[in-house]
Amino acid sequence: MKSKLNNFKNFLITRFIFLNGIISIVVLTVILIFLVYNSIKFFSGYPIFDFLTGTRWSPTSTEKFGLLPLLAGSTLITVGAIIIALPLGVGAAIYIGELAPRAVRETLKPVIEILATIPSVVIGFIGIQLIVPLIKRAFGLPIGLTALAGSIMLAFMSLPTIISISEDAINAVPIKYRHASLALGATKWETTYKVVVPAAKSGIVASIMLGLGRIVGETMTVLMVTGNSPRIVFSWLQPVRTITATIAAEMGETVRGGLHFSSLFAIGLVLFIITFLINFIADRFIGRIRKM
Amino acid sequence: MKKRYLQQKIFYGLLLFCTLVVVAFVLGIIIFLIVKGVRAINLNFILGFPENGMREGGIFPAILGTLYLMIGTIIFALPIGIFAAIYINEYAGKSKITRIIRLSIINMSGVPSVVFGLFGLGFFVLFLRFGKSILAGSLTLALMILPVIITSTEEALKSVSDTYRQASLALGATKWQTIYKVVLPQALPGIITGSVIGIGRAAGETAPIIFTVAAFSQPGLPKSILDQAMALPYHLYVLATQVTNPPEDMLWGTALVLLFLVLFFSVIGSIIRVRQRLKKRELS
Repeated sequence: MKSKLNNFKNFLITRFIFLNGIISIVVLTVILIFLVYNSIKFFSGYPIFDFLTGTRWSPTSTEKFGLLPLLAGSTLITVGAIIIALPLGVGAAIYIGELAPRAVRETLKPVIEILATIPSVVIGFIGIQLIVPLIKRAFGLPIGLTALAGSIMLAFMSLPTIISISEDAINAVPIKYRHASLALGATKWETTYKVVVPAAKSGIVASIMLGLGRIVGETMTVLMVTGNSPRIVFSWLQPVRTITATIAAEMGETVRGGLHFSSLFAIGLVLFIITFLINFIADRFIGRIRKM
Repeated sequence: MKKRYLQQKIFYGLLLFCTLVVVAFVLGIIIFLIVKGVRAINLNFILGFPENGMREGGIFPAILGTLYLMIGTIIFALPIGIFAAIYINEYAGKSKITRIIRLSIINMSGVPSVVFGLFGLGFFVLFLRFGKSILAGSLTLALMILPVIITSTEEALKSVSDTYRQASLALGATKWQTIYKVVLPQALPGIITGSVIGIGRAAGETAPIIFTVAAFSQPGLPKSILDQAMALPYHLYVLATQVTNPPEDMLWGTALVLLFLVLFFSVIGSIIRVRQRLKKRELS
């Protein structure tokens, strides 16, 4: 009798644990359903074609919901941030992974980890206080709240991801490779950039993709330092508005359930799809390191 | 030959420069915050209420609100996260569903925080009618830090040697008894590390709480979990962008308190992790 009760108890526990186990699938699915549901509501009141090709985002005055200015803003800032973060991050990763003495490496790693924990609103605040005035003065602009300010701050926010994963990949390169190259008469630097870096390539690419995911999804920092002007511009010295900042800035002011309200879910869905693809690609590359 | 070594020197110099730029940025932020923020810190600032449109007084309601949110977040995230990790590590094996679970955990940690905010608003605030409240905010943040808790708990469970499990099962314990009485206690430090890091992250997030809990300002303190609350990161955002001409000291002081709170938790997490690693090295 007792063992029967025990069996039943075990059955319940197993079921309960299974339900918790699939929580990530459930949450991700429900988020997606919510975004899609509200987007469909939006597209029943606003043509999807106009949304995807519209060049103006002015939801309150003219009820224009064009995605392109926001997409352009996000792209401009992301490209700028990657241009800054790529050399800095990979360079620092090579230094930490290949050159730094053990003691230096062990002090540098926590410092970079600290950067990852600084809240984005604090980074945005530092941007307003220090970087924005600097940009204004350096380029003689009327205001310093520009795409450039966003790119600089986001570049630094993505660095911990880029550095730590690149460095892992560099460390994973077998020491044999280095010995073989040095024995052939290559200098240490030649070994690093002709043997180690190519061997660690997938990890480095994965780190950049993950950094990219962080940059595209970052909200508070861009909301604070980029000037929030939803126009299509092609210069980093102009104010822009990203997808993320638009959601954060406008959600508070909209009428619940209205067209503007559901439009924010539609651009949220666009953001979700973009970051999903980026992370998917990154995961592919990480899978390749494991096989090494 | 000489040219090759000169090339090496130049590139090594460049690599060092990259590293120094990153380090200078981090140290620069921290030094600036400490030097400029410390001037604002006094008892009235920490324990006082905002006055005169937030230009004077303290930030106590924001600190308290953030503490409430941290507690609420961990209450929801910890049990679900632990059970999820137990399923993945102890029950699931190498099945197709484990692969899907792993993929969704990776993708969940990649979902932008503002999307969690949107979802929290749509689901907890409006659909479940929790309203803008500590409850809705905590649940939203809990979903966000779930991947952190699951991954770190899973790592901790993985590090428990299988001989313990076999010994317990051989003594006639059921699978659940083995997990509950043998595996979990061994994995505890790792689980605590993950939770502490997760709470620290929740404390610093702004985008997920703007529409789910954060109050611009509030008369008195929140009285129930269905009340709105002020929160430090949102307060800093409001001070820095919405209040006209806030005093410098208030701004830097608020930023410093927020940074301190977040770093405090991440340092504790790191200490537990390092001590655990040393202990393991001694054992092996």
